[in-house]
Amino acid sequence: MNRTTTIRSGAAAAGRFFRELGCSLARGCRKFFSNTKTIVGFSIIVFFILVAVFGPLIFPYDPSTDMANAYLMPSWEHPFGTDWLGRDVFRQVIAGTGSVLEVAFYSAVFTVVIGTVLGIVSGYLGGWVDKVIMAVTNIFLSIPSFPIYLLLAAIVTINTPVSLAVIISIWSWAGLCRAVRVQIMSLKERDFIQICTVMHMSKAHIIFKELLPNVFSYVAINFVMAMRNAIMASVGIMLVGLAAYDPTNWGAIINAARTKGLMNVKNIYILLYPLVCIIIFQISTLLLANGLDETLNPRLKVM
Amino acid sequence: MEKATEQAKTPLMRLKGINMVFKKPGALFADKNIHVLKDIDLEIGEKEIVALVGESGCGKTTLGKIITGLYRPTSGEVYFEGERVSGTFDKKISSYNQVQFIQQDSYAALNPVRTIYQSLYAPIKTHNRKWSRARIDERIEELMGLIGLLPSAQFLSKYPHQLSGGQRQRILMARAISLEPKLIVADEPVSMIDVSLRLSLLNLMKELNEKLDMSFVYISHDLSTTRYIAHSGRVAVMYLGEIVEVGKIGDVIASPRHPYTRALLQAVPIPDPDFKGNDELPLKSMQLGSLENRGEGCSFFDRCLYADDACRKKFGPVKTETAEVLCCGLDRVPTAPVFEKIIQTEENS
Amino acid sequence: MQTNRDNIAVFSHVSIDYPLKKYTLRAVTDITFELKRGAITALVGESGSGKTTLASSLIRCISEPGRVAEGEITFYGKDGEERLDLLPDPKMRAFRWSKVSMVFQAAQSALNPVLTVREQFTETLEAHGEKLSKEEREAKFSDLLGYVKLDAERVLASYPHELSGGMKQRVMIAFALLLDPELIILDEPTTALDVITQNYIFTLLKQINREKGISMLLMTHDISVVAKFADYVGVMYGGRLMEYGDVRTVFHRRRHPYTAGLIGATPSIIGDISEMKPIEGSPPDLLHLPKGCIFAPRCPRCSDVCLTEEPPMREYGDGSKGKCYFFGEADDGKGN
Repeated sequence: MNRTTTIRSGAAAAGRFFRELGCSLARGCRKFFSNTKTIVGFSIIVFFILVAVFGPLIFPYDPSTDMANAYLMPSWEHPFGTDWLGRDVFRQVIAGTGSVLEVAFYSAVFTVVIGTVLGIVSGYLGGWVDKVIMAVTNIFLSIPSFPIYLLLAAIVTINTPVSLAVIISIWSWAGLCRAVRVQIMSLKERDFIQICTVMHMSKAHIIFKELLPNVFSYVAINFVMAMRNAIMASVGIMLVGLAAYDPTNWGAIINAARTKGLMNVKNIYILLYPLVCIIIFQISTLLLANGLDETLNPRLKVM
Repeated sequence: MEKATEQAKTPLMRLKGINMVFKKPGALFADKNIHVLKDIDLEIGEKEIVALVGESGCGKTTLGKIITGLYRPTSGEVYFEGERVSGTFDKKISSYNQVQFIQQDSYAALNPVRTIYQSLYAPIKTHNRKWSRARIDERIEELMGLIGLLPSAQFLSKYPHQLSGGQRQRILMARAISLEPKLIVADEPVSMIDVSLRLSLLNLMKELNEKLDMSFVYISHDLSTTRYIAHSGRVAVMYLGEIVEVGKIGDVIASPRHPYTRALLQAVPIPDPDFKGNDELPLKSMQLGSLENRGEGCSFFDRCLYADDACRKKFGPVKTETAEVLCCGLDRVPTAPVFEKIIQTEENS
Repeated sequence: MQTNRDNIAVFSHVSIDYPLKKYTLRAVTDITFELKRGAITALVGESGSGKTTLASSLIRCISEPGRVAEGEITFYGKDGEERLDLLPDPKMRAFRWSKVSMVFQAAQSALNPVLTVREQFTETLEAHGEKLSKEEREAKFSDLLGYVKLDAERVLASYPHELSGGMKQRVMIAFALLLDPELIILDEPTTALDVITQNYIFTLLKQINREKGISMLLMTHDISVVAKFADYVGVMYGGRLMEYGDVRTVFHRRRHPYTAGLIGATPSIIGDISEMKPIEGSPPDLLHLPKGCIFAPRCPRCSDVCLTEEPPMREYGDGSKGKCYFFGEADDGKGN
């Protein structure tokens, strides 16, 4: 075979490769949306994101008090009624969506990045690195998180979504780290990693190009689950009034209603709306996680 | 052949006194020593095919992994082209890239989430940093031609699970030869492949051996395919971590000397319904010996029909006319061939 | 009733389908052949040839969602004949193991890891309503295990993981003999074992076959094992029976090109290896079968007619039959 034809066919191979890559992306999307649970869960989350982005523009929230209209029952003007200071609950809930999602997203990113990186490093390198990381992980797993949230919140002021997310993720990466480590430990004994060792591939190549793609689907599912946990934790922290930077956050609304006194049925009404939103959001994350699990796991089994 | 005699003084690879001991955690401090390989001496010449045969658990795969540098032996020396290389993961020893490995399970040997192209590209790029993408593509195209998977584009964009076992095994070969090694260790490369495709893979390996001057270590439990691929090479019969007999494969099959080799050969099924073999194997027991805390004497002692007290002492290999046999009582072992008639194939060298 | 005396089971035009989501996969297509009473019949074929599916249909153990779509499977037992494809499930459960038992490829996964061998044997006996006293039961167990040359006392108290591969496979054989079946299906019983153990297991099985008169159906991909062990052989390819006959005729005549190819591609330790030829091409994809003879794309003897129409099964007179237009035509009595 002469040189030009080789190059041409090489180029053809590369072209074909990229076309196939496009196809496999499309295939991936089709596969992603082939599961009903995934579609439902994903759509609800997208809906919440849209509400968080465009909601405040359409229904801006006015925090000023209007005692004349306190405790109004739901009406066209105030779909969720008003609170004890006459503020619109519907607009509060919409304004709080972004704050809730922000914390959930940041927290999931931190959790997944810390958990995955430490898990892979610990599982792949082994030895003393593994021992140290596992010791730290075990410490974080054995100390109950909520009292620590209280303690931390008493020391530092939580005044941004990022700081709240950091505090939540500090206590949530450990479980993922352990799980990823176990997967990496079994993967690294597999033939295709051994071959990389024989071929003297760099550790960075083995970790990022060979191992990471294999735990990717697992990490994706855990990202969704981490979001769910973060909402639980953030609402909890808000609920006890530890992160009071945003009074519209769903947790803060619930907390405010609670402190106003639940003996008053009208306060329970107010509390109900953010609570239902939280439940719907949690269900959607569960659906998405289950759906992803179903689509991605058959392949894991084949592996 | 000329080249081979020239190089006879320094074989491509030389294993000297290799021992491999794994620790098995026992109850409280009572760790058990699993002696997987015991005093292995082996030489692999240039362009030579050496076969390691034996039953499962005989340590042939462990030995293969020591040769490729995946395991570091507990004791013993490994020489590559006369240079000692036992610290196998040492970056300084670049020559160790000259040994590549082909595994049994072609599915497990390829990363399931990477395409064939990616799996072939990465090692070439790692070891030829300056090569452009086009240059590497050219090399991949050349490799795909060598292993007979053309047009290559049809295979390169696929994921491992989209190819058949035979095609995957060919890809493994392409990857192994991509770094132009001098020695390839193939661990049961055809045992999971359909019968009708096995032969073409064996032929391909033979071809690579001749065309690219690569030595092969062929690990198998199947003496028939071993004879086919290594018919001009040597065979080392392993039993419980020891090489019990090593010699030219034709000689070993025609006149096996070690009692274990004799039993092993007799057990091989012959694809001829009229072949009258003796079903009763020359063995005392079916029970494989233990690898734990081994003594000095013969590991085959418990199963050997010809053993006596002398076999309990330490002894070294005995050179016979055709082979090197690890047996202290060769005079008691019958010399009659196991097979009455063997059609010998002319060596095409 | 001639067939009653000669055959233990007869497959008549059996097809087996796997209805999948988007299409139906036909794993076994129109197979007619008989299992001779008291003989060892081998089904040889590569992966995907449908041999396991076909044999599993005898005891309705086809993996989900496979089912017999067409044809009849008849079993001629001591207690009369039985249409296995029509047998209702509860009756099938009683039939399985007591009339036809099976030795699986992976003894490891066929034995329950949390039960001792004794518990497993006892459980199976009880499930089939065998009322035996403790002494009788123990006697039966040690008798069976002694038969496969195992130390009964030690093995009965062991869990599967405490046994070696060869021992486990022998336990499986004893387990298959537990209810005195008339037919034993052997699914690649020695694939994971080394040649010495393989030789031993087959010697044992042959002894069981000759002494107890139990018929056997062996599935394997190894043609050398067939030559050594079986009396009759069916060659399967792409879900079809390509050739059937007694082992010596099939091996010596090599009348079907696929059989000839298989034998020609199997190296022997004593035979001539200079003229070995692989079968070109690759095994068929059951979803995209070629028109005409499914072996035609790989067949050295292929002609125009092979590419258009699937050849019928032809009887050859001496009890053998084959699916090829040229079946036996190039037959010179010695093979080619």
